[in-house]
Amino acid sequence: MEFTNNLTIRTAREGLEKKQFSSKELFTHYIRKIGHHKDLNAFITTFDYQELEIGNWKLETSPLAGIPCAIKDNILIDGTPATAGSKILKDYTSAYDATVIKNLKKAGVEFIGKTNMDEFAMGSSTENSAFGPSKNPLDPKRVPGGSSGGSAVAVAADLSVFALGSDTGGSIRQPASLCGIVGLKPTYGRVSRHGLMAMASSLDQIGPLTKNVYDSALILNHLTGHDIFDSTTINLGSEDFTQNLGQDLKGLRVGVPKEFFSAGLDPEVNERVQKAISTLEKMGCEIKEISLPNSEHALAVYYIVMPCEVSSNLARFDGIRYGHSTRDAKDLAEVYFKSRSEGFGPEPKRRIILGTYALSSGYYDAYYLKAQKVRTLIKRDFDNAFKGVDVIVGPTMPSVAFKIGEKASDPLAMYLSDIYTVPMNLTGAPAISIPCGLGAESNMPVGFQIIANNFQESKLLNMAHKLEEALR
Amino acid sequence: MLSESEVKKIAKLARIEVNDEEVEKFKGELSSILDFVKKLSEVNTDGVEPLYQTAGLVNSVRTDENRGEFVMNEDLREKLIGQAPHKESNFVKVKSVLNK
Repeated sequence: MEFTNNLTIRTAREGLEKKQFSSKELFTHYIRKIGHHKDLNAFITTFDYQELEIGNWKLETSPLAGIPCAIKDNILIDGTPATAGSKILKDYTSAYDATVIKNLKKAGVEFIGKTNMDEFAMGSSTENSAFGPSKNPLDPKRVPGGSSGGSAVAVAADLSVFALGSDTGGSIRQPASLCGIVGLKPTYGRVSRHGLMAMASSLDQIGPLTKNVYDSALILNHLTGHDIFDSTTINLGSEDFTQNLGQDLKGLRVGVPKEFFSAGLDPEVNERVQKAISTLEKMGCEIKEISLPNSEHALAVYYIVMPCEVSSNLARFDGIRYGHSTRDAKDLAEVYFKSRSEGFGPEPKRRIILGTYALSSGYYDAYYLKAQKVRTLIKRDFDNAFKGVDVIVGPTMPSVAFKIGEKASDPLAMYLSDIYTVPMNLTGAPAISIPCGLGAESNMPVGFQIIANNFQESKLLNMAHKLEEALR
Repeated sequence: MLSESEVKKIAKLARIEVNDEEVEKFKGELSSILDFVKKLSEVNTDGVEPLYQTAGLVNSVRTDENRGEFVMNEDLREKLIGQAPHKESNFVKVKSVLNK
């Protein structure tokens, strides 16, 4: 049977419902396609078609039933490998299902495989993966972004209908921006982190990478909810995020922070972003220049808070219960020292050491405590801004996809890629990146970021959907 | 900014063995990162409370009872203990913790 290139959830479902193909045929189609595009290195593991044991699931089970999806390799699927892109977990088998996986299984989703990522979600290019970098499908000499690079490639190259990623400092939105797809980071507390290997516990969120905004909203319906296994999830009852997508944008107030348009923003990115803003204006939105004065400190705050939390979360990789264990140890201490040294790549080591330093006696107040106080100031800026606007917009990434190897030798230069994404991890706000055209110079995708106040995903998705329509 | 001995001390706290080449490399890289974050010291945070989590949740607790979600069986035992590099029956085996 013929498969149209680039199936969305809707077109895949149409095919299934009209019996143009079966769920198994759809799955096999993608597995074959992945095989033809091994050079993109999007997947670490691929699966066989799952004969779902949940009774005789039918297409009516849910609007996602029969749809193949790709899962970032730091999210656990019971009984399958989960490496987090690291050698230290090269042979690890997941001991349980993440809550989001349980939800998707109930919805009848088929898992195609686990996608490549920067090691322990540390990176903005997927070059930090122990399994080699993934390649941007629009130009394989360029990075797809990170850390959910593999997931972004899977969606952008149509190797899957949708994917899940995780976002701690921009790791869903940034690769979405560089690959020309949609990436959503929900509000912190919306989606359970149970079964997501923790990077920074106060920042991490799981979210969808999709071909359009509608798919993103539909998947969000199945990801959100209070979870007894994650005490940082909020109990807000259920919400249908696809409900208000088509609402008119007239009269909505759009805040444009001047701090997001300063030096360092590539002109070709700015051009596309400005075009998107004027499109919003033509659709009846009121554009207001706003200021988020403390947002200039967000990157510094993030690069203290995140490594501190990382140093704690990665302490569990000690060669005792799972993961790589050294064969060279004379005593217990050497088991720890050598297993970790042999198993971790340079970036996790860098961040663990940075975090340990910032939390150590004599430095805790000056670094971690100080950073968390500035975090309050950043949150206040956003709270104040949202009193006068409905959403905030800007670029997702200061540039388009850079060449593989270009920033690999300068960690700090790589960190600067996160400048527009980290504030919303610090404040918990939901944020989405949608494609807004190709850069005039590079012909590579530019991402437009829309941010709403905490728990206002509906507003954000509505605007993203209408803008996506208008920009088509 | 960071000395070699500081890098070594921190690596020891983090239980990561570093060789001389790595110490040199980390010293340089971490010093520039610390220089970058240092500017936070100029921000006035008098009377500002730290923001540890944004969900606004306080005292998310539950009753201390077995909810029975995970049933211990051979399969689960294999996944939890089976992956340990050294084990004996249902125990994870480690090197001696206390030395003479």
